[in-house]
Amino acid sequence: MKNKTLNRNARKNFATYGLVIAAYAVLQTMTVTGSITSSLKGMLVPICAYVIMAVSLNLTVGVLGELSLGHAGFMSVGAFTGVTAAMALQNVVPYPALRLLIGIMVGSVFAAVAGVLIGIPVLRLKGDYLAIVTLAFGEIIKSIVNNLYVGVDGHGLHLSLLTNKLALAEGGKIIINGPMGITTIEKLSTFTAGFLLVMLTLFIVFNLVNSRSGRAIMAIRDNRIAAESVGVNVVKYRLMAFVTSAALAGAAGTLFAMNYSTIIANKFDFNTSILVLVFVVLGGLGNMLGSIIAAAALTILPEALRQFADYRMLIYAIVLILVMLITNNPVLKGYVDIVKGKLTGRAKKTDGPAPEGGAGNGK
Amino acid sequence: MKHTAKKMLSFVIVLTLVVSLCSVFALADEGDAFKIGGTGPLTGGAAIYGLAAERGAQIAVDEINAEGGIQFELKYEDDTHDAEKAVNAYNALKDWGMQLSLGSVTSAPANATSAENFNDRIFALTPSASAPTVIDGKDNVFQMCFLDYPTQGGASAQYISSMGLAEKVGIIWKNDEDYSTGLRNSFVDTAAELGLEIVAETTFAAGNDTDFSVQLTEMQNAGADLVFLPMYYQPASLILSQAAAMGYAPKWFGVDGMDGILTMEGFDPAMAEGVMLLTPFNADSDDPATKAFVEKYQELYDETPNQFAADAYDCIYAYKQALEAAGATPDMTNEELNDLMIEQFTTMTFDGLTGTGMTWDASGAVSKGAHGCVIENGVYVGLD
Repeated sequence: MKNKTLNRNARKNFATYGLVIAAYAVLQTMTVTGSITSSLKGMLVPICAYVIMAVSLNLTVGVLGELSLGHAGFMSVGAFTGVTAAMALQNVVPYPALRLLIGIMVGSVFAAVAGVLIGIPVLRLKGDYLAIVTLAFGEIIKSIVNNLYVGVDGHGLHLSLLTNKLALAEGGKIIINGPMGITTIEKLSTFTAGFLLVMLTLFIVFNLVNSRSGRAIMAIRDNRIAAESVGVNVVKYRLMAFVTSAALAGAAGTLFAMNYSTIIANKFDFNTSILVLVFVVLGGLGNMLGSIIAAAALTILPEALRQFADYRMLIYAIVLILVMLITNNPVLKGYVDIVKGKLTGRAKKTDGPAPEGGAGNGK
Repeated sequence: MKHTAKKMLSFVIVLTLVVSLCSVFALADEGDAFKIGGTGPLTGGAAIYGLAAERGAQIAVDEINAEGGIQFELKYEDDTHDAEKAVNAYNALKDWGMQLSLGSVTSAPANATSAENFNDRIFALTPSASAPTVIDGKDNVFQMCFLDYPTQGGASAQYISSMGLAEKVGIIWKNDEDYSTGLRNSFVDTAAELGLEIVAETTFAAGNDTDFSVQLTEMQNAGADLVFLPMYYQPASLILSQAAAMGYAPKWFGVDGMDGILTMEGFDPAMAEGVMLLTPFNADSDDPATKAFVEKYQELYDETPNQFAADAYDCIYAYKQALEAAGATPDMTNEELNDLMIEQFTTMTFDGLTGTGMTWDASGAVSKGAHGCVIENGVYVGLD
């Protein structure tokens, strides 16, 4: 029995990798042959960023079992620090891909540091404190960045808070300009970079979940007292999951910001955090494949509904409610179970991967 | 079991989406009209600007098409005042076959779309995105409105000082918005030069922009007899009604973002009585073209057009003039039109509703005058 579960997990993980690779292959071929619409092409990198956001939040919400309402805050930290690093190195590092890589690494390190700072006090507590603190964290980050001025010149980076007091030397430039955010981003993000980052994210998350640490994390989620009684270091494992999640969100933030020529702090507000949470809930707690599909579908949906003009967001809301209702409808679930039962009865091997392989076309 | 059920459903949904996506963006057929596209907030908090621009531009397009001669096709896409959505909207317009662009209506989205315009070589003339960064370093992005930071904030301070409107000035501004911060900074700089005394400054931000009693009490305690409000109309409407409720009645001085307050749903225009603002467009003007436009707009939409509508209207006519002068035809590619438009706009002089003798320099900034307006009996009246 245990062996079978493990196999199922492994099969599912490989199906997820396969789906992402297939989607990349299809979309990349479409891009090269020019058969892709500008609209879809423009959404590829944001979709990758949102997929990473959803998968990383799923680690906190689904695997660790803690509610985080400020995931966009980590994205913001990653976006602003990562872009600042990439822009400051513009004249030092000649290769754009390397600058992007450095930006993403810097972004994820800073987001991880923020995750540690929040996690150390909060994850020691029981109850819903993490939700409240992360909510506040998102607002604090927004406020700080809105009042932050950063410039670079020959002497290095200059910082100033509240008002622009930067005295930049000749040839210096302002990077973060308070509420205007960053306005001169060099667009370094590519779909390939996004794809690689999604794959890396999945690799990290799957390996963490399927490791000794991952089982400890899930044991804490299911019963903290029982886990503590068998000697699991609760704070350590909770921190491990939370900080990993924050670091991945930071990387997603850099990837997202580098896809636009401008980024402002207000983009990463409470609504963005909730949007990512919707991806996770819609895809299923702990279900990474579900998060990927939900993130991609809900990013494309509002754009696909443009033909409805003024009723666009109304229809978007209705679709969202319907999907939530239908996926929880017992009658429909029973029906799907019957179909699935027949499939498994007839051909055992097509069971697991069949719907996933099919979903590859969908993405 | 449950997960698989969910997965299958999500799969079905995604599939439907992709199919609909493909059908929506079918390639546009070659017509005999110039395709002009723009993005703006047609829904959400800044919707008054987007809708006004769309309607203003549509009126101009209808007038021009009725004349015969040059033909236009106009399409506005919703960007909800968000840079990410604006780029999506821009891409949707590209799929539609946009040849000339009206950029974005508001500044933050325009920063994002103007970079796309520059990369794709699609000429843009934004009616109202006034941040300097919108046109900075982009040879094919032009503005119909004046630049806000260098001109408008300073011009307001200059106006207050030269007209002797106030001794003590207070400022309430939104410190997480580039528009408001930029105006406040240039106002403060110019005020310091002119010796205008600023007695109080308070801020607010998104999320705490519904209760202004603290800010207003501070203004009152500092004895400010004029309060400068560099912000969009929505918070301004709350400030005005809350000040009226607490019996505080200084002079109010607004900026072009305040334009639209009179047509806001649920706002009593009597509250805005006596508010002064700088705007290049005066709906009460005796100018026959303005009169005709205002009448047409009132007839169609049952409200007085604001400056955004007039700017967008002017954009379409400026395109008409430039296209005619260049002898452009609708079958030209966006690259060809782009080069022709850059050449025309840097050399031509344009007369419109929002100013006469407008010229553009190579950076894309327009030069035209601003008028002081005061709200009397629910309408704008020129101050000079």
